[in-house]
Amino acid sequence: MSHTDWLALVTTLELSAVTTLVLLLLGTPLAWWLARTSSRLAVAVEAVVALPLVLPPTVLGFYMLVALGPRGPIGGTLESLGLPHLAFTFTGLVIASTIYSLPFMVQPLKDAFAAVGARMTEVAATLRAGPWDRFFTVVVPLARRGFLTAITLTFAHTVGEFGVVLMVGGNIPGETRVLSIAIYDHAESMDYASAHLLSGGLLAASFLLLLTVYLVNRRYLLVHP
Amino acid sequence: MRLTLPRFALLIVPMLLLARPALAEDLTIAAAADLKFAMAEVVEAFRSANPEDRVQAIYGSSGKFFTQIVNGAPFDLYFSADIAYPRELEQKGLTHGETRPYALGRIVLWSLDPGLAEVPLTDLPGAPIRKLAIANPQHAPYGLRAQEALRHQGVWEAMQPKLVLGENIAHAAQFVGSGAADAGIVALALVLSPTMEGKGGWTLIPADWHQPLEQGYVILPRAGDKALAHRFADYLASEPARAVMRRYGFVLPGEEGR
Repeated sequence: MSHTDWLALVTTLELSAVTTLVLLLLGTPLAWWLARTSSRLAVAVEAVVALPLVLPPTVLGFYMLVALGPRGPIGGTLESLGLPHLAFTFTGLVIASTIYSLPFMVQPLKDAFAAVGARMTEVAATLRAGPWDRFFTVVVPLARRGFLTAITLTFAHTVGEFGVVLMVGGNIPGETRVLSIAIYDHAESMDYASAHLLSGGLLAASFLLLLTVYLVNRRYLLVHP
Repeated sequence: MRLTLPRFALLIVPMLLLARPALAEDLTIAAAADLKFAMAEVVEAFRSANPEDRVQAIYGSSGKFFTQIVNGAPFDLYFSADIAYPRELEQKGLTHGETRPYALGRIVLWSLDPGLAEVPLTDLPGAPIRKLAIANPQHAPYGLRAQEALRHQGVWEAMQPKLVLGENIAHAAQFVGSGAADAGIVALALVLSPTMEGKGGWTLIPADWHQPLEQGYVILPRAGDKALAHRFADYLASEPARAVMRRYGFVLPGEEGR
């Protein structure tokens, strides 16, 4: 494997890890709110969360490029504050990936929280457990299958990103050149040996990752029917 | 009745076949991205002269089309920004007839900020340019020529951290046109297009700073006995088509450039 391909692998793993972490922090409270609220707004929020599932990545890629660049609302604001704009940066990719993978984090978590139900936390409350305590010692353990699924799918989906990265990334080694882009470039320039190596590796790794999740989830089901 | 796999196939295969367009004489052209506007005009003119013919052009990087054609892509004509690609197809026996040159391309430094467009290439590293867009030199001929020009001026290494790569030259131009990249080295034919003309400024890069952007086309085997393919090729050599190409800054075979 060439040096730039290694760099692409590292960038991909970094992007996926950071995106998953950010989404875990943002997605957990959002999923919790969606699972519990009776607000009419929730339906609209849920629809917005699901949008990346149905929109072509080019829509997000286009809006991101325009918004994050120096003439866009986000990039322009940053520039006026003396900060660099975010088009063609790793941070820009994290923002785009966070939006792109949002449903993969929020939907499994929401389902898991809904399955836990209100009763358990109410019982814990009568035992004088505070809200944070109730969440971390009651809800999180009970929803751990949901967390596992959400984290894995978010990570894997970010690894599999292509269209958005192509549009806002700019193919910079070590910054925005991820594996899917590297594979594309190898295939376009007829370097099939490298394309096979990266594609085969990605295929095997993705399969193993999903296999592990489904194995763990099934074992958990058998142990806790 | 249970839906077994053979029954399912019996149901679905005819539907898939029916969904394919009828095989009337139509022409699919794979064209280098620098031709996006020029070829569109040529095709438009050809269509209005021959309203019964169906001609469509798709645009992308020449290297990408090369790979796709080697792998059996259903194109009739292939217009490459680098004549080496169709010549290689010819050597592989994947063309109908020989490669013909159709134009010489030029590259320009383009920026939405007219001041930046006038910066000499040697001063690029010190100019207030955070991102310079070029096409991917790995498979886009215009990217390769931009790389050569930057090398020629001794600033390729210094510009490395600032480069952003478009998938093809139109993609690189879009990076500049959207303002996301401060400047870019793109095709003259693109900045002369109606959509981009008048946006910012551009400076022509001397042709002797890079290998010539000799562009060539071939008729592909599946179009060998398509009269339409040959008629379109003839039309390209006609004066109206040449006038369009000239207007987009292309230097035509047998003519002097600017």
